[in-house]
Amino acid sequence: MMLEVRGLDAYYGQNRALYEVGFVLDEGHIRTLLGANGAGKTTVLRSLCGMVRTAGEIRFDGKLITSWATEDIVRLGVAHVPEGRGTFVRLTVEENLQLGAMTRRGRAAIADDIERIYVQFPRLKERRTQQAGTLSGGEQQMLAVGRALMLRPRLLLLDEPSFGLAPLIVEELFAILRRVNQETKVAMLIVEQNAALALDLAEHAYLLETGRIVMDGPAAELAADEGVRRSYLGY
Amino acid sequence: MELLISQIVSGLATGGVYACMALAIVMIYQAIDHLNFAQGEMAMFSTFIAWQLIQWGLPYWVAFAMSAAVSFAGGIVIERVLFKPLHNASILSNLVGFIALFSILNSSAGYIWDYTIKTFPTPFGHKPLFGGLVDTHAVGMISVTVVLLGLLYSFFRFTRLGLAMRAAAANPESSRLVGIRVGWMTALGWAMASAIGAVAGMMIAPVVFLEPNMMLGVLLYGFAGAVLGGLSSPAGAVIGGFMVGVMENLAGTFIPYVGRELKLTLALIMIVAVLMVRPSGIFGRRVVSRV
Repeated sequence: MMLEVRGLDAYYGQNRALYEVGFVLDEGHIRTLLGANGAGKTTVLRSLCGMVRTAGEIRFDGKLITSWATEDIVRLGVAHVPEGRGTFVRLTVEENLQLGAMTRRGRAAIADDIERIYVQFPRLKERRTQQAGTLSGGEQQMLAVGRALMLRPRLLLLDEPSFGLAPLIVEELFAILRRVNQETKVAMLIVEQNAALALDLAEHAYLLETGRIVMDGPAAELAADEGVRRSYLGY
Repeated sequence: MELLISQIVSGLATGGVYACMALAIVMIYQAIDHLNFAQGEMAMFSTFIAWQLIQWGLPYWVAFAMSAAVSFAGGIVIERVLFKPLHNASILSNLVGFIALFSILNSSAGYIWDYTIKTFPTPFGHKPLFGGLVDTHAVGMISVTVVLLGLLYSFFRFTRLGLAMRAAAANPESSRLVGIRVGWMTALGWAMASAIGAVAGMMIAPVVFLEPNMMLGVLLYGFAGAVLGGLSSPAGAVIGGFMVGVMENLAGTFIPYVGRELKLTLALIMIVAVLMVRPSGIFGRRVVSRV
């Protein structure tokens, strides 16, 4: 198993945000974390990247990484598209992409990968020399995904990729994510408010409520469950 | 006319030094959001190290390179020992840190090398050029600072490490998420600022003479340059430094009553005026962003 989480607690100062969260994710699979605002979805992703104080077990390839520094977790091949996209607004689009490959060696391979990202996201190519802060929300989300892919990640963490985007752009983005998953076998853990979308992309879903996982199962089953849909997914 | 040209050239020469100090201040400011009030004392100490090496019989350029290298290492030590622990401390704690560093360097230099004024050699000599319009040291100063600034520009613009440093200063959290070791980028910023200060000190020392308080005025002009150009813009700080150098010289020569005595006051007036009229400086960027 590539990623195993057991008994994970997380704290912001004195406030406890997660209670004994546990889940697994294997190579090439897509799973999603669903739940209302404040349920702790973002905190789970931040815990995986060593960005909050945690207790419990996070294992990557069997290695215990619970107290590792963010920079070292990235070097294992964990890319994070954070809440708010984390764009380097004053740097150019191309510099943003180059930063995604900061931990990699090999100039030529990196240049090839930038070209590959441009094929996937043609709008980014048009704007390659522009300040990233001038991009539209959708373009910045594409850039954030592109930057994460520049790592050639084994695990991609996506925090609300659909947030604030027009429906057409969301559809395009999720189609790209599906294709990338099929082509590169990168595993994905997606946090979403748009449950219908996430359940469609993922194979397995976890339901988070006030810091605890209250239910999990195959995405199709959860999507079909009338009760779950009404009480947790809001559609 | 000849007086004007010669004053502008010597203004550019000292302006180059102010530009270096302004750049060093801005580099640290971008990394840790604090003004390094000890930047001048660090440069002074570096210059004393070069002087000592020359006294021991080393050739000028060897001493120059060694002083810059020692300053580079010293910058890392200062960041790791003093300012890394203060990372999350209040502004006031940091300020006390800077004052401590200031007086430690100032007193140590006085203790080791005493307070008597010393001459510092220039490798360019003081021969008149272009019929006495400028002297060779002024041209040398301009050349050294321009080459240094050019190298720094290329470093930040074209290398991966330079890009990582810019990213770390602008957005530490995102930088960690792409694997940049932000703490070490800050240390590297201190190292480079310290080495830049060393070069500035060695260039200005033949003009202001070597003693523990030599950089006080220079640092003020550096601050004026940084504020004038904009603390958020390294290139602006450099241009601001050159502008301050030229204005200082022209005002001292052509405005009656200013003379030598009120030149420093002029720098302070400039700082206050810029902060009142345009706090972001001439080239200070406002962040363009859409959400």
